[in-house]
Amino acid sequence: MVLAQEQTPDEVSLWSSPGVLITIVLIAIPMILGIIILTMKSYRIAKQIRNKETLKQAKILAEEIVRNKASLNPEQIAEKKRRLEYKLSNAELSGKQPAKDVRGLIQNPTNELINSFFARKSQPPKRPKIDKNLTKLVLWFLGSAIFWLLLGTSVGEYLGIKFLVPDADSVSWLSFGRLRPVHTNLVFWGWSSLAMLGLGYYTVPRVGNTSIASLKLGWYSLYFINASHIIGTISLMAGINNGGGEYREYIWPVMLLFVIGLMLSLFNYYKTVAIRKTKEIYISNWYIIAAVIFINIIAVVSYLPFWQDGLGETIIQGYYMHQAVGLWFMMFVLGLLYYFLPQQLNKPIYSYSLGILAFWTQILFYTLIGTHHFVFSSLPWWLQTVAIVGSVGMLIPVAAGTINFLMTFKGSWNKVASSYSLPFFLVGVIYYFTGSLQGTAEAFRFTNLLWHFTDFTIAHSHITMYGIITFTLFAGVYAIVPRLTGKEPTQLWVGAHFWMALVGLQFYTIPLMIGGTLKGLSWGDGEPFINSVVLMEPYWLWRAIGGTLMWLSHIVFAYNFYKMVRVEKEVDIHEVTLQLLQNDNKESEIEEDLKT
Amino acid sequence: MDIFSNHKRLFLLVILLFGTLTVFVAIFPALNNQYSYEPLPDSIPLTEIEQRGKMVYIGNGCVACHTQQVRNVEIDKVWGSRPNVAADYAGIERTNFWVNTATLMGTERTGPDLTNIGKRQPSEDWHLTHLYQPRAVVENSVMAPYPWLFELKDSIKITEKDKIVNLPARYIKDKSKKVVATEDAIALVAYLKSLQQVKLPDGTPSPEFLYKREQKKHGANESGGSSALDGAELYTNYCASCHQTDGKGVSGAFPPLDGSAIVQGIDPTSMVNIIMYGYNAREEYGEMPAIGQINDLSLEELVALMNHERTSWSNDAPEVSLEEINKILEELKKQNENQ
Repeated sequence: MVLAQEQTPDEVSLWSSPGVLITIVLIAIPMILGIIILTMKSYRIAKQIRNKETLKQAKILAEEIVRNKASLNPEQIAEKKRRLEYKLSNAELSGKQPAKDVRGLIQNPTNELINSFFARKSQPPKRPKIDKNLTKLVLWFLGSAIFWLLLGTSVGEYLGIKFLVPDADSVSWLSFGRLRPVHTNLVFWGWSSLAMLGLGYYTVPRVGNTSIASLKLGWYSLYFINASHIIGTISLMAGINNGGGEYREYIWPVMLLFVIGLMLSLFNYYKTVAIRKTKEIYISNWYIIAAVIFINIIAVVSYLPFWQDGLGETIIQGYYMHQAVGLWFMMFVLGLLYYFLPQQLNKPIYSYSLGILAFWTQILFYTLIGTHHFVFSSLPWWLQTVAIVGSVGMLIPVAAGTINFLMTFKGSWNKVASSYSLPFFLVGVIYYFTGSLQGTAEAFRFTNLLWHFTDFTIAHSHITMYGIITFTLFAGVYAIVPRLTGKEPTQLWVGAHFWMALVGLQFYTIPLMIGGTLKGLSWGDGEPFINSVVLMEPYWLWRAIGGTLMWLSHIVFAYNFYKMVRVEKEVDIHEVTLQLLQNDNKESEIEEDLKT
Repeated sequence: MDIFSNHKRLFLLVILLFGTLTVFVAIFPALNNQYSYEPLPDSIPLTEIEQRGKMVYIGNGCVACHTQQVRNVEIDKVWGSRPNVAADYAGIERTNFWVNTATLMGTERTGPDLTNIGKRQPSEDWHLTHLYQPRAVVENSVMAPYPWLFELKDSIKITEKDKIVNLPARYIKDKSKKVVATEDAIALVAYLKSLQQVKLPDGTPSPEFLYKREQKKHGANESGGSSALDGAELYTNYCASCHQTDGKGVSGAFPPLDGSAIVQGIDPTSMVNIIMYGYNAREEYGEMPAIGQINDLSLEELVALMNHERTSWSNDAPEVSLEEINKILEELKKQNENQ
């Protein structure tokens, strides 16, 4: 009795709640992975020791055999010995004369060995050139995306600082409430969407073994989407928005531009699939085309005014923001993974059928779960319950997808260390598992009670949108841009980008999850509200530090992109002269060639 | 299978599946909600100035940090007298040609919920000071300041129409000037004051708050200390935002209670009067709203609150009794009826 009283009910329910337990497990997964790798290493060392033992025994055995072989005559033995002891003198081909560079072919010879401080990553094999015009389109998509990434995360960085220094400025255009949607919209619809579409313009024709249906439509699509972000950003900062639904802050004329851009790309992709040269439609294109179809439907349904009065608006908002995340970003990125992972690992995907199972279940369950952002609100209770059930159902596609990707990795783990794009893919896949399951855990009613409205949500959205989506997109850019341009980024800087982004993300999310939990507990105890603001300060500081690392990594990323696309071909006099001598090559064409 | 190699069939199937689900989890429930609820009979539509204020609220993205939903869980009880129901939002329609419906329910509570802010904080002066510089009234606030909703005006040029914002001197650099609220600021505060929970029609059972908090035990002497504790909590809820937790007030905006003659007076009549019916006799300070009346303070609550104020900080006045205050209340009531 006395013991029971000592434990407060909060503690009991917190540590026995499934949602909290699941979250702790998910945070522990990366650490467990580390332990597994360590175990495997020690296992290998043990094996080596055992091997040595076996070797010894083999030697004894061999000696015995030799002792028993007395049947050969001395001559034969001598002959055998001579053969066995024969060694190359290393001068068989060159002769004994010292080397001399009579014709002056060797320049800057050196005997110094360059010890590189970082492990060298292997370079992708040379591939046949991709259509120059498609290359240009893809690069412009990616370049625009990176521009919006830099701008959007600079804004995000500033917002993170404002939590610590609320009086940083007093300009209406830079106030917190106006800049927050600028950040979210730019990283969602600017960076992620454009990068996805850009990678899609490479992937969709490639997996159909054909060329893109229309380059022109691709360009128009890019113009429309970029226009929507320029106008949208300005209008949000000027205080013009759609009424407060998250990620739905662009007013309809701005969103219309965006949707026109999307529709042009959808039409283009679809036509490309229609003219494919393969019989079957590769699974990547299932995901990619479906994603572009969905985002168009989602945007249209969510912007039409007929069902948006009263709580109708909230139901549509839940549908909109969640479907956009799961059936646009996630779906598209999964499609990209189904192409890039096998391509980078140089082996087929582990299971095609698992991919198809994940495809249909993702559509089924994801569509149901929008309302889980409004658990305990005035929305119909049954709709909330459906959303929670759907969130649990997400286990199926997430498990199917994760198993599929990890099994594809299996047996090729050594490639991860020697590639600069695969580590990004691996992080994306692991976060796909932990981030998605965390979403399920958050949807339970108890965890909702604890975490809803707190900074925990912000941590979750960064784990998913950054850990899964953005990391995969980084990987995609590093995987294809060198193929398109033939130029490699500096490996040191790719490493810097990877580690700053990954470490930054940890600093960003883990403190916010701890702080968010404490905030929820403080509310649960009925403390004055301001206490929950005061207690967040150290966690907001950590968030700002993590955010700064992520932001710096984007600057490095932009530099790496520049390194991959810069024009730096030097004119080789022999080659150009030779080209000029050939009749069919005009001077202008050669110049053009040098530019790309 | 055919769908593996027939793009028309595959994507048609995808559209049908997603379209059907969309209709059932989004469009139907939304339409159903839209048509089956009507605004509560006691709810008052926004006036023109309040509507303008709502546009200021929307334009500045206040929804990023402030929710407007009281959930049916015990945690949310501090934000309203009852959980919100669908009918609370039923009167909200498309804002205008360009802007969608704004229920402004929000998803983050970096700042307090505002569903019932009009009741909780009815003082226009407080809101204006707080908007101009949140930290002038809430020391640890991280809210963004909204100086562009105000203008600095020469003291000489100020007319009767101008609404002057009471501020501690350190927030005004140029002493010859005064901070004056623009129409946008006035409208925004009007909107905030309009945010009040409406009573459910008689006979409608209010939904209950779920996940009740277990009562905390205060040791063995439970009977004695309870009224003192209540007083502190009531003070935090109703008084501290202006008069501050330390009772020192905000210089130039809200008077101190610590050391106040009225608070410590032998005759508590004027103290009761001010709490129940408000006060606006001193120009250097903001107007005191009729906190007691607006919040329907019970006699017991009033006495606990008064005793907390009379005995806290450096104050050392004798406690008042229920009977004494009850008498004063009745007299005041009579006086007010006669006026």
